[in-house]
Amino acid sequence: MYDFGYHQPSSLSEADAALNSASDPLLMAGGQTLIPTLKFRLARASDVVDLCGIDELKGIREEGNAVVIGAMTTHCEVAESDLVASRIPALASLARGIGDPQVRHRGTIGGSIANNDPAADYPAGCLGLGATIRTSKRQIAADDFFGDTFDTALEDGEIVTAISFPLPEKAAYAKFPNPASRYAIVGVMVAKTGAGVRVAVTGAGHGVFRDEAIELALNESFSVDAVDASGVDEEDLNSDIHASAEYRKHLIGVMAKRAVAKANS
Amino acid sequence: MAEVTMTVNGRQVSRDVEARTLLVQFLREHLQMTGTHVGCDTSQCGACVVHVDGKSVKSCTMLAVQADGSAVTTIEGLASGDTLHPMQAAFNEHHALQCGFCTPGMVMSAVDLLQKNPSPSETEIRDWLEGNICRCTGYHNIIKAIRHAAGSAA
Ligand SMILES: Cc1cc2nc3c(=O)[nH]c(=O)nc-3n(C[C@H](O)[C@H](O)[C@H](O)COP(=O)(O)OP(=O)(O)OC[C@H]3O[C@@H](n4cnc5c(N)ncnc54)[C@H](O)[C@@H]3O)c2cc1C
Ligand code: FES
Ligand code: FES
Repeated sequence: MYDFGYHQPSSLSEADAALNSASDPLLMAGGQTLIPTLKFRLARASDVVDLCGIDELKGIREEGNAVVIGAMTTHCEVAESDLVASRIPALASLARGIGDPQVRHRGTIGGSIANNDPAADYPAGCLGLGATIRTSKRQIAADDFFGDTFDTALEDGEIVTAISFPLPEKAAYAKFPNPASRYAIVGVMVAKTGAGVRVAVTGAGHGVFRDEAIELALNESFSVDAVDASGVDEEDLNSDIHASAEYRKHLIGVMAKRAVAKANS
Repeated sequence: MAEVTMTVNGRQVSRDVEARTLLVQFLREHLQMTGTHVGCDTSQCGACVVHVDGKSVKSCTMLAVQADGSAVTTIEGLASGDTLHPMQAAFNEHHALQCGFCTPGMVMSAVDLLQKNPSPSETEIRDWLEGNICRCTGYHNIIKAIRHAAGSAA
């Protein structure tokens, strides 16, 4: 890891100032992805702007019909939150399944979605539940936020401040984890919302996506038996040492069934 | 260089460090406390687990500057004098180590588990140890030791 200047702003405006005065800055949240990336020299920064001192990025609250989670909230805090457990248990169980306890003590929801690893859990949580991403500049619907592998709608220097999750009627997340890393080989968030069923898939493709065929089937009948095969083209799925595209496609259907069963239980 | 100050095992320490200094380097190379191990350096193995403000973290994946102002506990801070911490004693008694390389991280992780969940089931213990890898023991005796330390063994 190359050395860098380190800044710990205590407000968003101080963070902006630190970003603007540096030649090649990077934001840091929990560092669980960023520190390994810097160690491997896959990334290099003139300055690291650590968001840990900014109180307005922390905490979980209810706002109207939504649960709003600050970007710097750790996976452990989401997993253990009584509010999340009572309003959107699917999200608490998703957070509990990320990595291991030590990663969950440091890693944050904002860092996870800004990173948009194609096998990460929160992108499926946000897209499946129809969340809105709040940033230092604007609000972005999850449908418009996530791009292909590691790509998002965020501009340079734009900071995720919170994620707002509308309360679903029912929802559940099912993941087939890679046994070594715990990242998703396939993870599926199924949510029954006022505006129809949403099914978001992570791990299988080059980025999180919605499975329209399964959504259509579940809109007809929100039951395990309604779920047939995934509608995606195998060409668009990943094939690697962990699983072939064919196997991943099959897993989408299996995980969707498990999620529906959990949501209905 | 930045000055960091933290409490390590109850003792306040200050050092000037580069921003890129990892917490584990700070402990091992700046404070010469080599009880905390580096197994993988890639956030996988858990040999480097210490507690920061009461929570277990991988010290190879945290900067020393991020622990500025915090209270850090390492494996060296568990025993009181010659008396082993109950978790250390249980590891000793139940043969929960062979080469011992993973042991500091295993013990620190297990101590954190019992802080949260004083009588975990075997499944809960195995689940909690997701981030700790041991290439010697096959885990069985580690689980046994933790169950005994928790007083939950049959
Ligand atoms: C061993 C291990 C296992 C893991 N297993 C899983 C798993 O099973 N599932 C899973 O989903 N993830 C997993 N992760 C990843 C983990 O969840 C990370 O915590 C997460 O991807 C990044 O969060 P962070 O807070 O650590 O962010 P950082 O590493 O600090 O930052 C990640 C990126 O996001 C940017 N960023 C951070 N915060 C913001 C913000 N508020 N606004 C804008 N940009 C920001 C940073 O600049 C950086 O580019 C694992 C990680 C490890 C080390
Ligand atoms: S050395 Fe830190 S996790 Fe392996
Ligand atoms: S005792 Fe050798 S690695 Fe665990």
